[in-house]
Parts: sequence; structure tokens; C-alpha cells
Amino acid sequence: MYVAVKGGERAIDNAHRWLAEERRGDREVSELTIPQIREQLSLAVQRVMAEGSLYDPDLAALAMKQARGDMIEAIFLIRAYRTTLPRIGHAAPVETGSMACDRRISATFKDVPGGQVLGPTFDYTHRLLDFALEAEGLKPEAAPATAPAHAGDMPRVTDFLNQDGLIQSETPSDDTPPDMTRQPMEYPAGRPLRLQALTRGDEGFVLSMAYSTQRGYAKNHPFVGELRIGAVAVQMKIPELGFAIEIGEVTLTECETVNQFTGSKTEPAQFTRGYGLVFGQSERKAISMALVDRALRWEELGEDNLGAPAQDEEFVLSHADNIQATGFLEHIKLPHYVDFQSELELVRRIRAGTETEKKEVAE
Amino acid sequence: MTDYNFAYLDEQTKRMIRRAILKGIAIPGYQVPFAAREMPMPYGWGTGGVQVSAACLTPDDTFKVIDQGADDTTNAVSIRKFFQRTAQVATTERTREATVIQTRHRIPEEPLTEDQILVYQVPIPEPLRFLEPRETETRKMHSLEEYGLMHVKLYEDIARHGHIATSYAYPVKVEGRYVMDPSPIPKFDNPKLEMAAIQLFGAGREQRIYAIPPFTKVVSLDFEDHPFDPSKADHPCDLCGSELSYLDEVIIDDAGGRMFVCSDTDFCAGRQAEGHRGRLSPQPDAETTP
Repeated sequence: MYVAVKGGERAIDNAHRWLAEERRGDREVSELTIPQIREQLSLAVQRVMAEGSLYDPDLAALAMKQARGDMIEAIFLIRAYRTTLPRIGHAAPVETGSMACDRRISATFKDVPGGQVLGPTFDYTHRLLDFALEAEGLKPEAAPATAPAHAGDMPRVTDFLNQDGLIQSETPSDDTPPDMTRQPMEYPAGRPLRLQALTRGDEGFVLSMAYSTQRGYAKNHPFVGELRIGAVAVQMKIPELGFAIEIGEVTLTECETVNQFTGSKTEPAQFTRGYGLVFGQSERKAISMALVDRALRWEELGEDNLGAPAQDEEFVLSHADNIQATGFLEHIKLPHYVDFQSELELVRRIRAGTETEKKEVAE
Repeated sequence: MTDYNFAYLDEQTKRMIRRAILKGIAIPGYQVPFAAREMPMPYGWGTGGVQVSAACLTPDDTFKVIDQGADDTTNAVSIRKFFQRTAQVATTERTREATVIQTRHRIPEEPLTEDQILVYQVPIPEPLRFLEPRETETRKMHSLEEYGLMHVKLYEDIARHGHIATSYAYPVKVEGRYVMDPSPIPKFDNPKLEMAAIQLFGAGREQRIYAIPPFTKVVSLDFEDHPFDPSKADHPCDLCGSELSYLDEVIIDDAGGRMFVCSDTDFCAGRQAEGHRGRLSPQPDAETTP
């Protein structure tokens, strides 16, 4: 006998308790600490910070622990926390030109002032499982001491091209950029909003969009003019003091691409730029972002719209956010039986109509 | 939960949402963009409705949440709990006792009054979205009142199937101007959209709020020779015997046996308490039968 389904509340509470137990896993295995996650899964922590749009390694590590390692869930936890924080003010724009670089490479010049610095990169590792890591407690080999990077020793590579007028100049602006977390998105969005949406966009989505441009959907062959990773100072003007003071530092990855451009009716032949800037060490994301940024600039640079997905601002920006995407995608598992019932009735009615028609035709 | 403001959102955010609500009421059926916040529940779980409810609730309100017409579906339970925690408002399952009702996919069977607000959770606020994916285009179509595409779609349904093949989220025209998505309510509920209560629609992910003020004219789109038909399952409720309520179909045995029950649990329970019985109601004991 059917009785109305009750007990949703108890079911939810029990599900939460079971979830907590699963998260902890085998209790014979020692529990992960936040510092362990922060220090040893740092790239994951940095991705959570980048897509969560909140620079706090400890909170990002906590979110990862709570989310059982589900990155999007961890990003969601950070976003939901971030949205409750009051806005005290705005930092001054960070000066990435004076970044203390751990890594700085250019693919366009063999050598550049400041040099090529490989830094801690996977690039030339052989992807062979290192079974030595399985053994715990081994003393790690210390990295060879290198001269610390000096802020300001590494001028921007694209500035050299700009001296010769070979690359398109960006128009400087002191306008306060719009804030996509405080205003509804409206199209056309403009470049500052596009860059905001891309830097917090899903790494996989931005990567795939960028990849599609490389494979010929709005092809525009880019060179990595410069990729730099390191710490930059964050400064904020304090009204009571009347001047800016340093309030901390953040690690950023910045990528400037140099793209071919043959010129248009109004512009002489020159190189153009794409720009990527991401919290933490995330070269894949920064490079992808630069490619997508460049693809989205077709109109501003007088290029043709080839109808490629990566050129379509509304398409790219409306689908880049993984928290929105996963929410809407997963919501279809919520009850829909009212709607389904109405569909059932409709299909039955249409079928009944077809059956009668068939009979009539047969007769 | 003392760290959060009353009803979770800060007052600035609530003020921003209230402005959008007022604009929505002033322009019935028009989708007002608003800066939806990230909420502590996922997009798709009713973040728009939750933000609208948060902006409407006062400490004196009595709050009811239904999903699929029922108070005890998991997400309704979850949202009700959220406001119990963050706003300490009184909650109820009784439609007539509630001052603010948040709903997903249904309008209560019992007529609402001028003292009530009905808040809908909306997944896709744009009625033209399935015909034109671009927001830039659909906004233009609304501003030019260019709704031909929608009529063509409905016409093609009739030509192909003999019926308009939309059974829920059936488009309406509000006060003779804006074509509006009433959220995925079954079309059975569409006639109730003309009501005494204020109706507010919140779409969090899509950052839109819209509204139907009390006693506003709401017309379900149709053709003279194919008038709108708010159909439902052709059965009475098997628990309360109501012939007039919207029904859920429940599979009750391995042989595919079915029963039909009211989707509005409060309506059904109220009728049963009044002594109404359906085909499968538990038989009252012999002693208690008068």
C-alpha cells in the first residue's frame, strides 16, 4: 500500500553522516592535514583558488579536504564562502612587470634580458611513475640554490616588440573595470569582463576552447611571447594614510601570446596579443586564456567572424563557469515527476490520436 | 548561525534584489537582470527563488516550501531548513497559514490570497530560449514584441502532432505585452497564474527576476481553433477522491499497477482530514465507522 513519501529530512541527515564517514575513509590511515594538502597538493590548491576567485591557500586546502578531492565541489565551497565576504576596498592593479619570477620563459626569443628561467616545471620530466615516492619518510633532495629573482630584472618580452611598433599597443585605461560578481552579465561584455570570466572559468573548458582555435576553428597561430610565474606584491591605498601600502603578495601566472596578423584596411601588418592571468601556478590555464582572449578580439582587430565557437563571446562566457554548469547539469536529478507526468499525458494523448487515425486509414 | 545576516544575504544585496523585484512588478512579465549571488546551494537547486525569498522574508513571516507540490520532497526540506537556520522564521506546511511560499514546479491547489507571496524557482527564464539560444537576440525580440517565432513553433506542433506539444513551462502573455515562461509548472496550473497573491520568479544562474502583480491578465498562448487546454490525468485522487487536483502517477507493484495521488500534499491531507476518501484510502475500522 502506498503511503505519501515522508522522511526526507531524516534521509538527508543520514546521507550527510554517511558522506562524512566516506570522506574520512579507512580510520586506520592517518587523517590528512590542511598543511599537507596545501604544501603537497599545491597545484590543486591553486586551481581551487583560481576558479574559486579567492586567494587563500589554507581555505582552498580545507575545501579540498571537505570535498573529498572533488575539484569543482571544492571550488564551489570557496565561491559560496567568498560571496559572503564584505568588500572593504580595491587593491591597486598588480605590477606583474616587477614579479619575483620562479619561472619565466619566452618562446619567441632565444634569450631575453633577465634570461630564460625554467623553474619548477613538469615540462621536461619523463612521465614515469616514481615508485620511490611510494616509500614514505625519505629525505627529499634539496633543490640547488639559485640566485633569487630580483623584481624588475625581467622586463616584458612584448615591450621589446612594442619598441619597434611591431605589435599592436593596448590602449591604457584608468576606468574601474566592471565586477562580474556584482553586476549581471550583459552582452557585449567587453574585454575586462571577458578576462574576468576566463580567469575564473573552468580550466578544462578554457583549454578546449583554446585547443579548438589551434586546430583551425578561428585559426590564429600564437607564440608564447612570455610566460612568467611568481609572486607579486598587492598594494592598497588606505584613505586614512593617503598612500598605498603593501598588504600581501599573491602568486600569479601570466602569459602573453604574440599572434600573427596580416593587417586590415585600417591596420598595418603587425603582431597582436592575447593575455592570460591566473592565480597560482597554472600555465595550462594562463596559456589557454590568452588564446581564447585573442580569438574573442576578432571584432576589435577588424578580423572576420568565422563562426567559430571560440570567437563567440556569448557562447564562451555563458558556458565557462563550472559552478553554473555543474549546478544546472546536475539539477536534472532532482524530482521532476510533475513535469514528467504532464509529458506522459501528452504522449499518451498524441499516441491515442495516431492509433485512431491508423484505424480510420485501415478501414 | 549567528555569523550570517537575517535570511543569509547581507542587506545591500537584499536591497539590490528588492529593487529588481519592484521593477519586475512595475513591468509585469519583463525579465529584470540582477546580480545574483553565489548561494550555498548549487545553481539549479533554486538559488534564484532562495534569493527572492530572502529578500521578501521578515521575522514575522510564515514560510512554506514545496517541490513538485509536496512539502516533504528532499529539496523542499532542505530549503525550508535553510531559512529556519538563517532567518528563524516560522514554517508551515499549510498553504493558508503561509505568508511566503517558495515553489518548484507547482502552484498550490488552494487559491492564494492578497496577503501571500508565491516565489517560483526558475531554471530558464527565457521563454524564447529553445527557439533562439542567444540572449542578445531574445532581448531584442522582447523589446520589439517579436513573438512570431513562438506562434510558428506552436503551429508546427499542431501540424505535426495534432496538439501543442508543450505540457509544462507553457508560455503565457502577461498583461498583453511580454511573453513569459511561468517556470516548469504543468500547463494545468496556468489558469491559476491570474491570482490575488504577488507572484515572483527568481532565476539565479541566469540572473533574472520577473513578476506577476496581483490580478494581472495572464493568457496562455493558443489559437482560436486550438484553444488552450489545461489537461491533467483523467482520474480522481486515489487517496482523497478529488477530481480537480493535479495528480502524480505512482507505480505500486511489480506488475506495473498504478495509482494517482494529488501532487499537492497539503491539499490532499486537508481533504482526507475532512473525511474525503479515494479508491485506495485505508478502510476505516468497523468500530470507528459511524
